[in-house]
Amino acid sequence: MGDLAEFSPAVRLFLKAYPWRRIDPVPWSPLRKPLAVCRLALVSSAGFVLPGQEPFDAAVRGGDVSFRDIPSDADAASLVDTHRSRSFDHAGIRSDPNLALPLDRARELLAAGRIGSLNRRHLSFMGSITAPGRLVRDSAPRAARGLSEDGVDVALLIPV
Amino acid sequence: MCTQAVGLAAAELERRGIATVAIQLLRRVAERVRPPRALCVPFRHGYPLDVPGDPARQTAVIEAALRLLEAPDSRPPLLADYRVAAGGPARMREDRS
Repeated sequence: MGDLAEFSPAVRLFLKAYPWRRIDPVPWSPLRKPLAVCRLALVSSAGFVLPGQEPFDAAVRGGDVSFRDIPSDADAASLVDTHRSRSFDHAGIRSDPNLALPLDRARELLAAGRIGSLNRRHLSFMGSITAPGRLVRDSAPRAARGLSEDGVDVALLIPV
Repeated sequence: MCTQAVGLAAAELERRGIATVAIQLLRRVAERVRPPRALCVPFRHGYPLDVPGDPARQTAVIEAALRLLEAPDSRPPLLADYRVAAGGPARMREDRS
């Protein structure tokens, strides 16, 4: 398990005192059909952008709640890590972006027939959001609406 | 912070009828935030799918997450732990906190 012991004393103190946003009630959508006929979208909070896309803004107070569309056929190796946090080791996701946005693994699942289709796009957030109000009120509902309109059935979300 | 962000995003997706499963790196945070359906992994921050450059290890984690979507008779919030030694399957444990 990831552990608070990974972090510096100052970060540990912050995380222990932080008022985590509790989801209540917890919404629930059961799987309504076999995965083999479902459309999958990936959602990562690793702060990835593609060349030419605007990097996430490390200066936004409370965190940049925007997100980027990552086309399903994008080259995983081209993803650029712009996550602002210095509290974790970036070496893994920089050497292999599949570690936090598994584009290649998703294509393998599709080829194996484990899932029915990949959505035309996946979503990239930067998860260093200490003030999640705008995420909850604006960008997450907008992201959800977009994926729903895309016909997405299931989503795999990956933090860093 | 990333754990909270994906949990909150997952909740919005579920409200739109999309079934989600979220990888989680800190169980204590997952228990507080309560994403609808989550797999807690024993990896340090920055390594949510285990080993960079190792497709088999990454796929094992993803498979364990997908199996949570297929778990019958489950209800929210659903938290399960990923066991590396077995390479999955995930151990199911409902959390009513």
